[in-house]
Amino acid sequence: MSTLYRTLGWTVALTATLAAVVVSSAMLGPVRIDPVTVSKVVLNLTGLFAYDVSGVEQTIVADVRLPRILLAATVGFSLAAAGTVMQGFFRNPLADPSIIGVSSGAAAGAVAAIAFPALFPAVLASVHVPAFIGALVTAFLVYAIATEGGRTPVATLLLAGVALQAFLGAMISYMMVHSGENLREAVYWMMGRLHRSSWSDIEFALPIALLGVLVLAAYTREMNVLLLGEEDAQALGVNVERTKVVLLVLATVVTAAGVAVAGVIGFVGLVVPHMMRLVVGPDHRILLPTSALAGASFLVLTDTLSRAGPAEVPVGIVTAALGAPFFLFLLKRREVHSL
Amino acid sequence: MSDDEPSDSIDVANVGISFGDVEVVSDVSFAVEPGELVGLVGPNGAGKTSLLRVLSGTLEPTDGTVTVDGTDVHDLSSRAASRLVAVVPQDTAVSFSFDVRTVVEMGRYPHRSRFSPPNTSDRELVDRALERTRTARFADRPIDDVSGGERQRVVLARAIAQDTPILLLDEPTASLDVNHAIETLDLVRELVDDGRTAVAAIHDLTLAARYCDRLVVVANGSVVADGEPDEVLTSETLASAFDVSATVTPNPVTGTPTVTALPDTASESENGAGARSPLPGRVHVVGTGTPALTVLSRLTSAGIACTIGPVASDSPVAETARNLEVEPIESPPFSPPGAEARARLERAIEDADVTVLADVTVGPGNRFVLETVLESGPLAVIKQRPFAERNYAGDRARRQYEACRRRAVETTSSSVLEEVRVAFADRPPSEFDGRAESTADDD
Repeated sequence: MSTLYRTLGWTVALTATLAAVVVSSAMLGPVRIDPVTVSKVVLNLTGLFAYDVSGVEQTIVADVRLPRILLAATVGFSLAAAGTVMQGFFRNPLADPSIIGVSSGAAAGAVAAIAFPALFPAVLASVHVPAFIGALVTAFLVYAIATEGGRTPVATLLLAGVALQAFLGAMISYMMVHSGENLREAVYWMMGRLHRSSWSDIEFALPIALLGVLVLAAYTREMNVLLLGEEDAQALGVNVERTKVVLLVLATVVTAAGVAVAGVIGFVGLVVPHMMRLVVGPDHRILLPTSALAGASFLVLTDTLSRAGPAEVPVGIVTAALGAPFFLFLLKRREVHSL
Repeated sequence: MSDDEPSDSIDVANVGISFGDVEVVSDVSFAVEPGELVGLVGPNGAGKTSLLRVLSGTLEPTDGTVTVDGTDVHDLSSRAASRLVAVVPQDTAVSFSFDVRTVVEMGRYPHRSRFSPPNTSDRELVDRALERTRTARFADRPIDDVSGGERQRVVLARAIAQDTPILLLDEPTASLDVNHAIETLDLVRELVDDGRTAVAAIHDLTLAARYCDRLVVVANGSVVADGEPDEVLTSETLASAFDVSATVTPNPVTGTPTVTALPDTASESENGAGARSPLPGRVHVVGTGTPALTVLSRLTSAGIACTIGPVASDSPVAETARNLEVEPIESPPFSPPGAEARARLERAIEDADVTVLADVTVGPGNRFVLETVLESGPLAVIKQRPFAERNYAGDRARRQYEACRRRAVETTSSSVLEEVRVAFADRPPSEFDGRAESTADDD
């Protein structure tokens, strides 16, 4: 029971933090806009209110800043949730959402679409769809390769993922070499791109992320029991192989949705779950929702930084530049040795 | 556990387990009656863990069936099986830091639906399991913070919280010190007396004999004995199952069989005569160091009455001898043994059926020891560092030692029991026994 109250308490607090971070981020930019106005615009967007806001400010907040901020929140939410699941699933503190090749698959799909637009029919014109499909196909391949006789050993899965990632890395490099004038666009995608976000990106990613994390939240007890080891988990009544498939599929879909709209953004899914584990402990019932919400705030903050300087920096660079030192700090304090 | 469980008998029928080409066990059959604590004993690698995994349903046997209460456990869903059978695994190492209470709460997993929070009875069962295993006082500490023994009790608490009619334990005492091992087995016994059925792999035969209603001995891939502890634990069964010779004596306090392994004697006992010849009734041991003590403890644990000496009074040897309930022939420290010690030695050697000459250091003051040993009956000499290094009494002592060796059976302190048997059987001593015609001095 106390776990439930703790979870609710943390969820409320982190949701409030996220709202504050979103509003603050929407204030910042070449034109400063006061928080009251931002709040009014946000409330207007819900359709329930009709505050009077000047046209320019309405446009800047609603059409320029908010799509990007909310997309960052969605992607951070997805990646941190998927990272939590993967670290628990693999019982490995170095696991991240892309460990079984999801990001590489998405990148391969996206780069193919960017480098050779002529090859893709109009339906797949937006980069999302090929990226999303690339991610799912890769994850499925890795799973199929690692499965033998109805069992999928976690270590084989990990190694198959690493091998396929290396192969896809080669494919991506090859395509980039031959992408001609589209190279710049492909490079930006690979570094994570939240600029040029639109409401359609959010409409694509947010439902998948929310639904996926919601279903994952129903499996948090299984995730806890699985940490005892598969043998123990089965003796405690967990249908281990089925649960593994469910967790893997959900984590893959959630990651794929995030990566497809935002490109490869590293370290969110690795560092945020470790941060939250320090704060709330390893119990997935509380760790999963708090990591997801903290991941959302984290990516909004780093994206705000990435666009705060005189020249825009791809957000993937900022997350890695901030995330890696922080991870090393945790490592030296021996905080990431256990899950 | 609910009272409406009718019976929880386990029936293992013709079970064979193979991993690839490697056959672990074949054609294993035994039954466990409801309310029984059955010990699974056998050497390492005999397949005890694999059998327990088959019993719990986590490992599918290659052949045969395991039925619990008439149902094949491998036809049950893992959830249904886990309401029937709880497992305390051997390896409780953890790579996470849940607090102890959370780990114990996981035992309630098979009883709860996905969306319901734990109810009052869940919490009561968890609290009771924590109390019974004495883990309640560190219930809020992270599991990776507690000691290995405490962790093992936490896992036992988890299995108790799982509230199943059947409990399987794989070496529940492996990482426990002796008082915790006894505490844990007391608790298991209590759970069985409350109506649960339990199967435990236990490597400590004496503990297994003390706590189990029945022992199933698994060795070389099959069941070699099955029955009550005092029927099963015999020197013969142990010799065939563990490839070791051991004595089984009733524990003076509990009355249950106590197993004392006697290492390195198995090979000798197999080559015939030695094993069947009777043990001497009385042995005198000459020596003052570790080899003498080893000899003394081997012989006394086999039930042979011993005397030892002369040794310096208050020396560790004298002390240890008294602990083994052997009265040593003592001489004042730092001075040669006197006439009284000499007389006692002569009497002891005369009374002894066999004399064992262990590590004796000879100086002018105690040369009479060798002279007395020369007059002894059957004699065994323990091989050790050259006599020259221990001889401070000149050429005459060397000749006496050589004479002793020539008519003695040579042995090492670890296989002394068998050789004492041989020496005893060889009486009267044959002079110039071929056995002793070796190099002038042994290594």
